[in-house]
Amino acid sequence: MRLQRKRLRIRARRKSRELRMVANNTAQIPRDGIVLFSTLRNEKRRLPYFLEYYRAQGVDHFVIVDNDSDDGGREYLAQQLDVSVWTTQHSYKSARFGMDWLNYLLSKYGAGKWCLTVDCDEFFVFPFSDTRPIRALTDWLDTSSIRSFSALLLDMYPKGPIGQSCYVEGQDPLEVLNWFDAGNYTISRNNRYGNLWIQGGPRMRMFFADDPIRAPALNKTPLVKWRKGYTYVSSTHMLLPRGLNLTYDANGGEKATGILLHAKFLDTFGAKAAEELNRKQHYAASHEYKSYAAQLKDDPDLWCRWSESYINWRQLEILGLMSKGNWA
Amino acid sequence: MSVGVIMLVHAALDRAEQVVRHWVAGGCPVVVHVDKAVSQAEFTAFRGRLSDLPEVSFSARRKCHWGTWSLVGATQTAAEQILREHPQVEHIFLASGSCLPLRPVRDLCAYLKARPKIDFIESATTQDVPWTIGGLDAERFTLRFPFSWKHQRKLFDGYVRLQRRIRFKRKIPTGLQPHMGSQWWCLTRSTLSAILNDPMRQTYDRYFKRVWIPDESYFQTLARIHSERIESRSLTLSKFDFQGKPHIFYDDHLQLLRRSDCFVARKIWPQANILYDTFLQKNEGTVPQTEPAPAKIDRIFAKAVERRVRGRNGLYMQGRFPHAGVEGAMTAAPYSVFCGFNDVFEGFLDWLPRATPVRVHGHLFARDKVHFAGGEPSFTGALSDSAAVRDYAPRDFLTSLIWNTRGERQCFQFGPADVQDLNWKLALDPNAQISVISGAWAVPLFHSTRPFAEVRVEAARLQRVENKFLEILKTPYVKAKVRAWALADFIEAPMDALQDIVDEMGQKPPRRLTEVPKMVDLTGFGQFLQSLKNEVMHPYLMGDFPLSSVEAAPVPEPRRPYLVR
Repeated sequence: MRLQRKRLRIRARRKSRELRMVANNTAQIPRDGIVLFSTLRNEKRRLPYFLEYYRAQGVDHFVIVDNDSDDGGREYLAQQLDVSVWTTQHSYKSARFGMDWLNYLLSKYGAGKWCLTVDCDEFFVFPFSDTRPIRALTDWLDTSSIRSFSALLLDMYPKGPIGQSCYVEGQDPLEVLNWFDAGNYTISRNNRYGNLWIQGGPRMRMFFADDPIRAPALNKTPLVKWRKGYTYVSSTHMLLPRGLNLTYDANGGEKATGILLHAKFLDTFGAKAAEELNRKQHYAASHEYKSYAAQLKDDPDLWCRWSESYINWRQLEILGLMSKGNWA
Repeated sequence: MSVGVIMLVHAALDRAEQVVRHWVAGGCPVVVHVDKAVSQAEFTAFRGRLSDLPEVSFSARRKCHWGTWSLVGATQTAAEQILREHPQVEHIFLASGSCLPLRPVRDLCAYLKARPKIDFIESATTQDVPWTIGGLDAERFTLRFPFSWKHQRKLFDGYVRLQRRIRFKRKIPTGLQPHMGSQWWCLTRSTLSAILNDPMRQTYDRYFKRVWIPDESYFQTLARIHSERIESRSLTLSKFDFQGKPHIFYDDHLQLLRRSDCFVARKIWPQANILYDTFLQKNEGTVPQTEPAPAKIDRIFAKAVERRVRGRNGLYMQGRFPHAGVEGAMTAAPYSVFCGFNDVFEGFLDWLPRATPVRVHGHLFARDKVHFAGGEPSFTGALSDSAAVRDYAPRDFLTSLIWNTRGERQCFQFGPADVQDLNWKLALDPNAQISVISGAWAVPLFHSTRPFAEVRVEAARLQRVENKFLEILKTPYVKAKVRAWALADFIEAPMDALQDIVDEMGQKPPRRLTEVPKMVDLTGFGQFLQSLKNEVMHPYLMGDFPLSSVEAAPVPEPRRPYLVR
């Protein structure tokens, strides 16, 4: 494990040479700031709301790796005062789906700070997030000596065919994608890394009903008080050292957890899936995207009679998708 | 006569300043102790900002560590100072920088004025209360603790173990009966002076310097010696979680704090702007003399602790994944498993929900797909009817189903033709009510038009599978409520059996079964079993079926009241 961690760190340093700085405002990050890390490609349409959402939650700075966007997103980000941007034309896949780049930037700019690593279609929700900023959460985690905070990736979808949802730049994507699956998740423990492996939701139900083991992982640990030497192993699903993955109680209690609302299924999803399939830059030989493309021809409707309409974090807490733990 | 405040500050100096001003505006002199961990520059600035208030003074700074004597030492110095500098002060209130007065200071003064001789200090013996931290209660007073619990945990624990092994015990100074309680107190001048001027003080101090968490026991113990009258409670609302660290209050607790009628609360999150703005504004109105009522807040925090320690039964999620066997029940609520009933009764699936308010599914574990109630393609929580998805994680399928339908009892059919992966888990789940009519699978075979050779093979297979299941149900490890009848016994008195099962489901209102499910026609069933026997397939799970009697046995129409007991 220690060797693997070392290997990943060296790899991150090597891969960091692929990054070219576009805008570096990291000098402004306060000593105890909360920093968001993300890697993206051609997501201009999503960016205004993404930044707005996390600024409102109290993120102090955004560190973003742009993987060769050509839609003006990079230029847009470079204009923002609280955003630092790096860009690269190298392969997303050979940088372990961007994690090498982020691991490098995390250890360089995130050490000693609370770091939130999310994609730009993931919206972090935590207990009391409607009345308390992220800082309240991280302060509480600090006093509780907790180093990492997990969140279930909750796929959000529209009612009606995906291609017919209509999203406007700057809009809250959750106005369009207002539905989710409340209780069809499978959980097992990954004995190697100690994390939980969670699958399920609409993607397993619709795209992987015949081959559930290939359904994408939904367990994430996006919020970590970073230290030099920490490293994400596979996306933000698991970390090393392994203690960071123990975000659950094994004796019946509940630890506090959050949710990442996953606004993936916007109207652009079909085009995106086709593009990603061509680029072959995604996980497991892009199996996931093959599966999507096969079904997306018919413009599927992920909605079913038992879908839940999203209200707020309390609803998710009652449904048992997240927990307040002993934070009150 | 007034109230003086000792304030121990170590962070969020801007908030501390606000609160100091509030106390002073209410007519209370304040002595502030600022932790030496705060830099000299910050301290000087802080003192400078408060220099316009003559009622505020600063006591000698020392570095304070949690759970050590330093906190008591700092309090003693500040207490001596306030008694010396403010002779008019009759009650001394100990507060921290993250304490926030919830009621007007005037209110507190009036409250204390009406109770001039009373010391408000929570004080209980170790036998009385279960406040243990790190597994130590009475030993706090009899062992030595030279190491820091926070920073040298291994040394701390090791040293405790060593002392236990060699049966080391410190002598408690004579006359002392160790008490402990919340470190935030409000004492009268006479009690506090008596404690500080006790002729034995040197002895006591020397003793308490090596006690663990003396700030929760020094004044609490000595007040018992010197006080005329103790009210064993703290005027400061302060709640602790299961690890013994204080809960923190945020803006969304505003209404809760308001209704609590407590005088002071801690700890307040320094950035809780609404709380500070609301409670520190000048309040001119008269407030009735009400007693503090923290019960509601108690409940919320007790629930939080309960959730963290126990959690919600039958829930599996990213923050809760109990080891197998850690908790009693695998599922969130009781449910019923029926084996063979819909083979014996026609329309059993329609009859049961009429008889009692439950949700009745078909064969959830059928091999072709999940047969949800009403033949729906999905069910609550968006559970899919795909057999592949279900069989990928059958335990999760069942626990999700039961969790998603909390409040509505679930029933499903099960049989040897279904997927058998979950048999052990079902048997070990105390929430499962399993009713088996063994051998009932032979009834549909008997009615089928398949060639007899095929039927024979199938019968042999089903009997093997069901027998395995029954063997599990016979083991002593079973926690489910199991009822099993051989088919032959069951049809003797089916309504008694059904009534028992329905009664045990405990659905309200309890009812007598008035409508009887129609039993399938078993004419010739005995002969069918005999043919199987003749073909060397020995059916035994259905009990002894007489060759001919079955013709008379069917118990169909409700001709007589079956259920007179």
